[in-house]
Amino acid sequence: MAGLTFSKGGVHPEEHKELTERLAIEEMPPPAQVALPLSMHFGAIAQPVVKKKQEVQEGEVIAVVEKGLGAPIHSSVTGTVKTVEPRPHPTMVRCDAIIIDRDPAAAPRKYERENWTTLSREQLLARVKDAGIVGLGGAGFPTAVKLSPPPTAKMDLLILNGAECEPYLTTDHRIMLEHPEQVVEGAKIMVKILGIKKGVIGVELNKPDAINALQKALKVSDGHDEGEIAVQGVQVKYPQGSEKQLIYSLTKRSVPGGGLPFDVGVIVQNISTTVAVYEAVTMNKPLYEKVMTVSGRAIKRPANIKVKVGTVLSDVVEYLGGVSDDLLKIVSGGPMMGFAMSSMDVPVVKTTSGVLFLNSKETSIGPYGPCIHCGWCLQACPMGLAPKEIGIYVEAGKGHLTERFGIMECFECGCCAYVCPAKRPLVQFCRLAKIGVKRGS
Amino acid sequence: MEPQWAVSISPHIRQTQTTAGIMWTVSGSLIPVLLLSIYNFGLRSLFITLSSVISCVVVEAICQRALGRPISVKDGSAVLTGILLAFVIPPGVPYWLPIIGAVAAIFINKQLMGGLGFNVWNPALVGRALLTAAFPVYMTAAWIPSREVSHVPILNYIWGGLDGVSTATPLYVLRHYGMEALTKQFGDLPVIYTNFLLGFKPGCIGETSAVLILLGGLFLMARGIITWPIPVSTLASVAVISWVFGGETWLSGPVLVHLLSGGVILGAFYMATDYVTSPSLKTAQIIFGIGVGGLTMLIRLKGGYPEGVCYAILLMNCLTPALNEWFRPERFAPPKQAPVAAAK
Repeated sequence: MAGLTFSKGGVHPEEHKELTERLAIEEMPPPAQVALPLSMHFGAIAQPVVKKKQEVQEGEVIAVVEKGLGAPIHSSVTGTVKTVEPRPHPTMVRCDAIIIDRDPAAAPRKYERENWTTLSREQLLARVKDAGIVGLGGAGFPTAVKLSPPPTAKMDLLILNGAECEPYLTTDHRIMLEHPEQVVEGAKIMVKILGIKKGVIGVELNKPDAINALQKALKVSDGHDEGEIAVQGVQVKYPQGSEKQLIYSLTKRSVPGGGLPFDVGVIVQNISTTVAVYEAVTMNKPLYEKVMTVSGRAIKRPANIKVKVGTVLSDVVEYLGGVSDDLLKIVSGGPMMGFAMSSMDVPVVKTTSGVLFLNSKETSIGPYGPCIHCGWCLQACPMGLAPKEIGIYVEAGKGHLTERFGIMECFECGCCAYVCPAKRPLVQFCRLAKIGVKRGS
Repeated sequence: MEPQWAVSISPHIRQTQTTAGIMWTVSGSLIPVLLLSIYNFGLRSLFITLSSVISCVVVEAICQRALGRPISVKDGSAVLTGILLAFVIPPGVPYWLPIIGAVAAIFINKQLMGGLGFNVWNPALVGRALLTAAFPVYMTAAWIPSREVSHVPILNYIWGGLDGVSTATPLYVLRHYGMEALTKQFGDLPVIYTNFLLGFKPGCIGETSAVLILLGGLFLMARGIITWPIPVSTLASVAVISWVFGGETWLSGPVLVHLLSGGVILGAFYMATDYVTSPSLKTAQIIFGIGVGGLTMLIRLKGGYPEGVCYAILLMNCLTPALNEWFRPERFAPPKQAPVAAAK
């Protein structure tokens, strides 16, 4: 069975998931020091509420966003605040971070399970908000805000994004396989918050074990009756896990350009986010740990690991046995949309779903040639744009004239650049074109 | 100090096909055609092809040097142009002739327009068009009969002149003397079909063997380098028009003779499909192919030349920018149309 899929474009990059898909999630021992950047979410940068030398507990709030969009930040260890100073950041280059020295004697904090079914929607939402949960797929949009669509929106479906279409990444796969009951319960909580009846978990068909596990969990959990949750396999095709593409695959509804999923009555949540909601609501546990895939052929021991948010990458590398000499590029996130990082001093943030250590056989940096108009990018673009024209316009200094090719709908999935035989940096051209359109010149 | 690692914009993985890979694959798929041509017309075929390829590469390198561009002859695009240019000129021409074609193809048509990707016309066909205009005698009379038919020794005509080796192409005979003369010269229809399909007939160096060109084309399709719309629509429109208008009466034309003669098949699979000079989307490609087939038949049936593929493709190349503009990809989810303000 080919499975449900989106209507246009898409590519089939080599998956490389075999490196980690059979490895159970392991917990990395907490590091001696963590660096918690003040921006790990979409919105305003958080302000510290702790002082130098102040002692903090694991799970204690250390920074908040008073005004505007944002999410609070919690300490991921028990210890002492050392300082607040600029540190490298996976997407922002540099950002102020709260540095905390861990108290080696402190015992890990324990959480007790609580009954949540008696809580009101407002109480549930408050727990999600206070736990500092943001979209963990990468965008980092505050989840509590996403779970409060405007009253005018007619919501009818929650979609859990278990596509995990990025090569290498196996985080969501392992979570669905090892903790399907948490995923299902998290879905039921969110369905209740939204006041809707239906939820569907979309999983790419290359994870049959995860689909099985979720189906079993669904049978067991039928007691709660908080709404009807189902699992649906979708075709293995990048970018199946893109919000608009997954919504189309599962519902045949398309979110118009400039619109949001709630325009078509849908809300999409990432699998890790769902588990974070589950932990926040059932155990009052804030979000300060992150399951991530560390993979690529230049890391000695690829793994799916649960780490404290704020763990510096070099500590992760040390824990996993170091890197090999042919390491060429470090990528935060998946290889199609992730960010290359110039150093290992970068801390793991809430939105880090994976870190890849790629050698020169897996990735390359090279010159590019002129567009030969093969048209492959036109076939690959899932939004039906014209990347080759956009690239040529940008090279000619006319990026601001590309709106007619639909440039503002581009979400930088990278399909165009992936197929380009001339190896043109089409995503870069598209970003420049968007800047040009916004600026008007 | 911690070593600093390479950074670049996503995606960090790419599929393996490259521009050079495409050019060399297309070039390689033409080798069987060249081998058959050597068998057919002698080593002249090889030497003319070599002359053409070397001229194209040298002209490209000189132009790039002179224009201050990086020298990119390794990408194989000049080599491919050279092969295709040789394939559309007769085997009996002097060895220096392709040099002039190469200057037209590479210098005027390609490098002066901005280099690879910026030329409006198919480079090899620009070369052929210029040679046809400048050296009409060579380009329309320097034919050699196929060795399979005339049993000429393979080393014949290498150094010698061209006296008395001239023959006529099937299309020339058909155009000027009709079907009867064609069967008289090239045998009954079944013989004609077999020889034309296999390539045992007079013609341009790389145009004679329908079956080898088809195999090369199918190989390129299997590799995903070319797609069906342009070849199929070109061949279909040639077939339909030759059937309807090509005979003594309506609906009686010699379809197979038209399909298997001249440059239709080479043009359909290797010239009209040139990425740079043909449209990118399926609908536009089908219109393009119908245009190529239609103009080819218009020239063959009503024009002054017995063969029209070259000009048909060059003319349709002119329409490519417009076709690309008229046919854009259908967007997945464009913004909702803002409600139009009521006009006063």
